[in-house]
Amino acid sequence: MAKYLLLKHYRGGKPALNDVPMDRWTRQEVDDHVKYMGDFQDRLRDRGEFVSGEALSMDGCWVRYDGDGKPPITDGPFAETKDLIAGWMVIDVDSPERALELAAELSAAPGAGGQPLGEWLELRPMLTEPPTISD
Amino acid sequence: METEGIRDLIPAVIGILVRRGSGRVAITRAYADFASAEDAVQSALVRALETWPTDPPRDPKGWLITVAWRQFLDGVRSDRARQAREERIERQPGATGVPDADDTLQLYFLCAHPSLTPATAAALTLRAVAGLTTRQIAEAYLVPEATMAQRLSRAKRQLRDVRLDQPGDARTVLRVLFLLFNQGYSGDVDLALEAIRVTRQLSRLLDEPEVRGLLALMLLHHARRRARTTPGGQLISLADQDRSRWDTQMITEGVAILQAALAEDRLGEFQAQAAIAALHADAPSTAETDWVQIVEWYDELVRLTDSPIVRLNRAVALAEADGAPAGLAAIADLDPGLPRYAAVSAYLHEKLGDFGAAARLYAEASRLATSAAERDHLARCASVLSRAENPGTSGRRAG
Repeated sequence: MAKYLLLKHYRGGKPALNDVPMDRWTRQEVDDHVKYMGDFQDRLRDRGEFVSGEALSMDGCWVRYDGDGKPPITDGPFAETKDLIAGWMVIDVDSPERALELAAELSAAPGAGGQPLGEWLELRPMLTEPPTISD
Repeated sequence: METEGIRDLIPAVIGILVRRGSGRVAITRAYADFASAEDAVQSALVRALETWPTDPPRDPKGWLITVAWRQFLDGVRSDRARQAREERIERQPGATGVPDADDTLQLYFLCAHPSLTPATAAALTLRAVAGLTTRQIAEAYLVPEATMAQRLSRAKRQLRDVRLDQPGDARTVLRVLFLLFNQGYSGDVDLALEAIRVTRQLSRLLDEPEVRGLLALMLLHHARRRARTTPGGQLISLADQDRSRWDTQMITEGVAILQAALAEDRLGEFQAQAAIAALHADAPSTAETDWVQIVEWYDELVRLTDSPIVRLNRAVALAEADGAPAGLAAIADLDPGLPRYAAVSAYLHEKLGDFGAAARLYAEASRLATSAAERDHLARCASVLSRAENPGTSGRRAG
C-alpha cells in the first residue's frame, strides 16, 4: 500500500473541462456536487482506502521566520494570482494505477448542468521510511 | 503459561475452529466462516488476558479452543435449540491433544490467498496468524483504525467462500512474510520482528529449505538494523556502518539456519539472498568482504529469478570484485528506468573517479527516490561530490 495526497485547488490550476464558476451553479447542482464528494469519501472508507481529508477555507496567509524577535512576515490574504488549495485528501491504495483511478473519479464530480466537472487535481505520492532491505 | 505466549496459539485455534465449523455448522452454512472464527478467537483472547493472570489454565490451548468454540457457535447460529444440542456434543471430546499443525499451516495459506493483494494479505496475516489487534496493525501502517478494520473485513469477505483444504502456494506465503518484514516498524508494533516471529513459527510447521532461507535472511538483515541509520533516521551506507553495532548473536543464528537449509541442496532465491547477507555479515570491513563469492551468489540469483533488479545489484558487487569498469559494463544493457538505476550508476561513476558525472547522477537519483531517508542520503552524496568538484561553492549556505 502507498499513500497519496490528492489536492483540490480553488484557483491556480488549469481550467476544468466544465469550467463554470461554482457561484453560477444552481443550488441543486451544488448539492449534487457535494453529495458526490461525500459518497466518494464513504466508498473509500468502506474499501479501507481512506486516511484523512479536510476542506480548507479561502482565508490564509503566508508566513515565514524573519529573524529572532521580528514578527513573522505575511502577505496574506492571498493575491488573485496565487494558487489556493481548496482541500486535501490522503488515501492509502495498492498501486499508482488505483490512485489515478480514484483521482479521475473525484475529478468527475458533477458541476454545472450536471455534467462532470473535469477539474484538475494534484496527485502526489508520499515518501515513506526506507524498506529494511533495499533490493 | 505467560500471557505473552498466547499469540503463538492463535493460528492453531482459528484453524481448528474453521475446520470444526465446516463439519458441524454445515447444516446452515456452506462453509465455515473464517471471519466468525477469527472474531471468536479474538474475544476468547480478551477473556484470556482478563482471567489468566489471576487464574491460569492448566492447558492454555485447550482453554482457548473451548472458549472460542462456544463463542463461534454463538456467533454463527441463530437456532437456539440446535445450539444447545451441538454444544452438548462438543463438550464431550476433550479440547486437548488436538493435532493442529495442519490447520495452522492452512491458515497461513488462507491469509496469503491469491485473491488478496499482497498488502492486504500481509495485514490479514498480522491479524489472524500473529494475533495483533486491528489498532496495532492500523498504527503500524499509519492509517486510522476504522480504515484498517474495513480493509480486514473486506479481506475476510473475499475469503468467505474459499475452502480451507485448497492447496496454496508456499511461495506466496513467503512473499507475504517478506513484505511484512520490509514494512519495517512504527508505533508499538515492530513489523520486522513480527515477521521474524511468524516465519520462525512457519519454519517449525513446513519442512521447506526456502522457509529457513527466508528466516535466515530476515535475521541477517535485522542483525544489522541498528547500524543502518543514525538516531535521527539518516541512512548509513554499508561501508560506513559501525560493525560493532551488528547483533553477532543474531548473525550466528542466521548463519546456522542458512547452513542447515543449504545442506538440503534445494536452492531457492531466499537462500541465495541469505547467503549474500551472510557474506556481508561475516566481513570485518567492506574491503575485506569476499566480493568474488558474493558475485557467484548473485549469478545464482540471476539464474533463479532473472530479475533486472538483481542484475543491477550484481553489478555493484562485480565492481567491488573486478573494478568499476566491470560494474559499468554490467549495467550498460539494463533499462535506465529501473528503480535505483541512477543511484547505482552514480556510485559506479564515483568509484571510477568521475565525480562530476557521479554528482549529477546522485542528484537525479535523489529526485527519483521513493523514501525520504533515501532522498536525503542521495542528496548528501551529490552535495559532497559537487563540493569536491567545485571547492569555491563549499561555503555557500542553503536557501
